[in-house]
Amino acid sequence: MARIVGIEIPNNKRVEVGLTYIFGIGHSCARRILKATSISPDIRVKDLTEDQINKLTQELQRNYRVEGDLKREITSSIKRLQEISAYRGVRHKRGLPVRGQRTHTNARTRKGPRKTVGVIRSKEQRSAVKAGDKGGKK
Amino acid sequence: MSRSLKKGPQVDPKLLKKIAAVRASGRKEVIKTWRRSSQISPEFVGMTLGIHNGRTFIQVYITENMVGHRLGEFSPTRVFRHHGAHTERSLSKT
Repeated sequence: MARIVGIEIPNNKRVEVGLTYIFGIGHSCARRILKATSISPDIRVKDLTEDQINKLTQELQRNYRVEGDLKREITSSIKRLQEISAYRGVRHKRGLPVRGQRTHTNARTRKGPRKTVGVIRSKEQRSAVKAGDKGGKK
Repeated sequence: MSRSLKKGPQVDPKLLKKIAAVRASGRKEVIKTWRRSSQISPEFVGMTLGIHNGRTFIQVYITENMVGHRLGEFSPTRVFRHHGAHTERSLSKT
């Protein structure tokens, strides 16, 4: 068990994989870091020497924004979009997809569980509608 | 894919000219424009633009934060009222 960048404790996986447990580090980032620090991606995290861990920590602190910093950056840029009321900000506020995806169907990740809307629930209401307006409802 | 840096930002030249003119005259004036695809350059800051949304000109006061965005981002073309308007209307009739 090694502590890299404060709280991160990746387990006994290969370093290449262990690094991706840090928020903001994906596979390609991990590989780039290992190349820059010239550490083999195949070593297990538990086998890292003290020296190598220091190197990794340094590299991460110098060139990458991870964990809390990154999360803060993301929320602040979303907030900026909302404040200037740009289209993307509005979509964030409404909880709808931001990048032009369709919302007719799908988009469940953003919209959350389905909620039925605009239906007439009770029988009385339904018959009232039928009596009042035949062509009104398609 | 993002725009090539070589080309620079895409700002409508006519709009720039108009803004320079209004700025020179010193009047606070709403500049109407249809150029939704024009990016906002630093010269725009502090101006009020009327950005066409297909029907009307939405007045937008340009702030520093908006630089680099496109004009159209601030002038929504669609209005979502709410769901169920149809049944509500037919219900109120009866």
